[in-house]
Amino acid sequence: MSQSTLPILIFILPLAGTLMIALGLAPRFVAILTTGLMAFCSVALWIAYTLTPGGFQFVFTIPVVSKLDISFKTGVDGLGVLMLFLTSIVSVAAMAIRPGVETRPRLYYICLLLISAGAAGAFSSLDLFFFYSFHELALIPTFLLIGIWGHGNRTTAAWRATIYLGVGSFVLLIGLIAMIFSLSPEARTFDITELLKTKATASLPPETQSWIFLLLLLGFGSLVSLVPFHSWAPHAYASAPAPAAMLHAGVLKKFGLLGLIRVAQPLLPAGAETWLHPLLVLLCLNVVFIGLATVSQRKLDLMLGYSSVMHMGYLFLGIAAWGAGVLGPVGTATLILAHGLSVALLFGLAGEIRSKVGTLEFSETGGLATKLPLLAFFFSLAAFASIGLPGFANFPGELMVFAAGFKAAAGGSDGVAPFHIAVGVALLGVLISAIYMLRAFGSLFLGKPHIRLAPDVRDTCLGNRLVFSLLTIALLLFGFAPGLVTALVAPSIEAIGSFAGTP
Amino acid sequence: MIFTTLSSNVLALFFGEDQPSKAHCNMVTALPWIALFAPLISAISITLFLQRYKQLAVAVSISACALSFVAAVGIYVVDGFPDLRPLNWLNIPGAFTASIGLLIDPLSEVMLLVVTGIGLLIHIYSAGYMKKDAGKARYYAGLSLFMFSMLGIVLADNFFMMFIFWELVGVSSYTLIGHWFGRESAAEAAKKAFIVNRIGDFGYMLGILMLWSAAGTVVFKDLFESDTLAHLAAKPVYLGTAVLLVFFGAVGKSAQVPLHVWLPDAMEGPTPVSALIHAATMVAAGVFMLVRSFPLIEAAPEFAAETILWVGLTTSVLAALMATQQDDIKRVLAYSTLSQLGYMIMAVGLSAPLAAMFHLSTHAFFKALLFLGAGAVIHMLHHEQNIWKMGGLLRKMPVTAGTFLCATLALMGMPLFSGYFSKHELFAAAIHHSPVVFWLVVGIAALTCFYMGRLFIVVFLSQARSAQASHAAEAPLVMSLPLIILTLPTIFSGYDFVLKNFELFLNRAHEKVAVVVDVAGFAAIGLGLGCATILYLNRQADPLHIQLFARRFFIDTFYAIFVRMVHDPLAKLMGWMDRWILDAVVIRGGAMAVWVTGFVLRLLQIGNLQVYALILAGGAATVLFLIILR
Repeated sequence: MSQSTLPILIFILPLAGTLMIALGLAPRFVAILTTGLMAFCSVALWIAYTLTPGGFQFVFTIPVVSKLDISFKTGVDGLGVLMLFLTSIVSVAAMAIRPGVETRPRLYYICLLLISAGAAGAFSSLDLFFFYSFHELALIPTFLLIGIWGHGNRTTAAWRATIYLGVGSFVLLIGLIAMIFSLSPEARTFDITELLKTKATASLPPETQSWIFLLLLLGFGSLVSLVPFHSWAPHAYASAPAPAAMLHAGVLKKFGLLGLIRVAQPLLPAGAETWLHPLLVLLCLNVVFIGLATVSQRKLDLMLGYSSVMHMGYLFLGIAAWGAGVLGPVGTATLILAHGLSVALLFGLAGEIRSKVGTLEFSETGGLATKLPLLAFFFSLAAFASIGLPGFANFPGELMVFAAGFKAAAGGSDGVAPFHIAVGVALLGVLISAIYMLRAFGSLFLGKPHIRLAPDVRDTCLGNRLVFSLLTIALLLFGFAPGLVTALVAPSIEAIGSFAGTP
Repeated sequence: MIFTTLSSNVLALFFGEDQPSKAHCNMVTALPWIALFAPLISAISITLFLQRYKQLAVAVSISACALSFVAAVGIYVVDGFPDLRPLNWLNIPGAFTASIGLLIDPLSEVMLLVVTGIGLLIHIYSAGYMKKDAGKARYYAGLSLFMFSMLGIVLADNFFMMFIFWELVGVSSYTLIGHWFGRESAAEAAKKAFIVNRIGDFGYMLGILMLWSAAGTVVFKDLFESDTLAHLAAKPVYLGTAVLLVFFGAVGKSAQVPLHVWLPDAMEGPTPVSALIHAATMVAAGVFMLVRSFPLIEAAPEFAAETILWVGLTTSVLAALMATQQDDIKRVLAYSTLSQLGYMIMAVGLSAPLAAMFHLSTHAFFKALLFLGAGAVIHMLHHEQNIWKMGGLLRKMPVTAGTFLCATLALMGMPLFSGYFSKHELFAAAIHHSPVVFWLVVGIAALTCFYMGRLFIVVFLSQARSAQASHAAEAPLVMSLPLIILTLPTIFSGYDFVLKNFELFLNRAHEKVAVVVDVAGFAAIGLGLGCATILYLNRQADPLHIQLFARRFFIDTFYAIFVRMVHDPLAKLMGWMDRWILDAVVIRGGAMAVWVTGFVLRLLQIGNLQVYALILAGGAATVLFLIILR
């Protein structure tokens, strides 16, 4: 077995897990085992990946439809390694976290494993057809998880997500097909690396590029909850069972960003140029408009849902600032990892609070820190990570993104450039997120207890402690040594950029 | 094999390609790193392992601080400190560099001594003050984290690193103010402090980024080179804006108007914390940062320095007026701190960073002493903080009273005490600027003498006004010893040998100033002290009732109304818009489409979610398939 199958192994493992569960093995055990192996493989992949030349490695190809040049092609660049790492770490956490479910555990863990498999498959696919299809594969179990095991208004939430993401994916599909079919027949291929290499799409007329890019931006954007295509997200995350929210908000959602970095932005430089300013406006709305909407939430789960929409603004800003060099997308990549880990931690904690306290309403809780000191400790770390405190991975990511924004602004003429305004507005988000996160932490854990806990409620159990520690340690590790991420990602971003001559 | 490549990769990550040789690692160059990281190790080990072993936690934290202090003394003693090699923190070749580098110069040397020296005494004092507290280990972890962050600010050799520690200081302050988190007021105060500081940090970061994008570096040494400064000064408005934004960070951290509201509330924390963080060191970080970046202020156009001057002066005047009408012993001191910080900021605006830094150092000692003395009083009076329930404590607590008196005199600027020398510098700087500024400064000095005279008279003289006060006893040795030790720098830190060190880093000659400065100073003391004696000696209640001062010029009220009337409704409006308008347009439109689809599908008698989801995927696949086979 050659090394180049390593990325495939990573997404075959959870698929094998679903099979084992279907055959009757203990579902929770299988889920933890297979995702644990996944995590092991993804760390091995990171170590085995050669940093210095960067570019795509571990490439493996089986032709599928030769007429259209569709092939089952997998492989990773630095960004891919990072995404697979994120997927497997969050997957382990999502499988291991308690409370699990009592009803239909088999189907539950199969769904969760399918999300991991779909995400990992999409992140390691180098062929647009499979890139897209794997993501679709992962979306369906997400809807099921919300609809069957969700809380509160779960059916509406599931529906909403289904429609939004369904339509978003559909628009994306049309965009991808349009892009490929506007090429001349001999240049037509679904192979991403080939498209990047030949730069065929970059020489399309600007008008064509522009409308195709719009389709891709809308498609990928609504998957990442770009305002105004975000309404699915808060309610879906609030209703979803904790592991589903962890996996979707932490991992699967980042598919859209990978798509923008690897496909839309480099392949259609003229299109990206045209839509740059509208994108800046939308991402500012993400930060400030949704940020303020987050402040007005009175329930932890909805607040986390909104906050994860808000944070996407920074990630879009990094991509938009690509014109000023690799700094922006590298910052986005760092934030992909950091946000994935921190939001998974927060949703995991919210799930545990819900099961212990019975409510997530701010007005009904308070003073939980006396009874649940460890939970409070982890929550404070997660909250501080999420508001971009130095020491956690989120801070270097945000710093790079903001710096890149300024670099992009300085490239233009003197005076105040649109990017200056965008960075200024996005920086307001740092303040806004401090307001809502500390409000949430304060009203849940500090002050006088408003709620009488059941006498048998204990502080977080050993298993969950391990899960929370895993995510926290990862956040701290990349916060103290963000160089680990930048060294991995920067050469690959550089390579993608130089392939197609980004704007 | 893999392990060795891995470890060398990791080393390369932090040190760059050429790895550190033996030559770089000797005892002397290790000193700053030891000073910086000893408290961090203490904080981590207490958090992870020592929560249950409280005494051990105390010991670990105190020894870590002592180690930092010894290292700071070592750094101070060594002449011609060698350049230190920075660690890579974040480095993308050709695009971005942010490193952890330590800068040792006279400025940081003095600040190191101040921070670790006062820090050590307060660590020891806390062992007495927090003796019976259940969260003692958590408290000491917070103190150690604070020492780490504060030393990071002092030692930082670039703006990014300073910002990192700037934020960490905010967090440690958050945890320490909120130490008694069961009290709503403490939890609220902690949150307020953090958020108000973040408002300042917003500007600070923006300013740093502006400097970075214009100069290409934020390392102080490179940034302050004359070429770089000239390049920056070529765009005066840009530089001025950047400097003012950086200054905005100091406005938050050093609690200047309009962001001063968090500091008095921060008195909800344990008193030793108020002494260390909210009087002596952290709040002075803003002043330190401005002195550090003084070459930029100098290169910037006039309006930058003028703004800094007037913000400082306004803060100083308003806070001094507010201090005259406070009844809580800690709040009087808190407003006094605000006022003195305003003095320092003003001095920077007057282009006298030397005076600012000098006053920062002397103030750190005597204000810490004042707070610790207040803490001893509060502790011995069973957490009574109202000065009108004290009185006559001079005979009951002679050591506390004596040391408190020394610090009070130093703060008033009485000759022979350290405060006299540093205030003299401030007066001198002010008289060079304009008469208006000078007489305002003198007026503030008179107010200072007035409210400090009032405080001392009401608390320590007269008769006891409550049962606790009449049964008070002297504080235990672990608390009174730090008081006695702090009295030494309170008196002596103004003398020439310290001053000499200051002149090193700015090469500014110590000019002779007019006699009017001294005369005005004495007049201020006489006036303030005289009024205080007449008004307050042997009084049972405050004869003055000035609502405007007691209610703090209604600034806090205004903010509370602003948050309630503007910010919260705005947030609600956004939430409402998100729910009803965007949803209405996008979702309800979509829902309509779904309803139609659902109607059609219901005709096909399938209606559950799974099937819809499958159909969705199936449909997508079909479209693709049709196109492929076209």
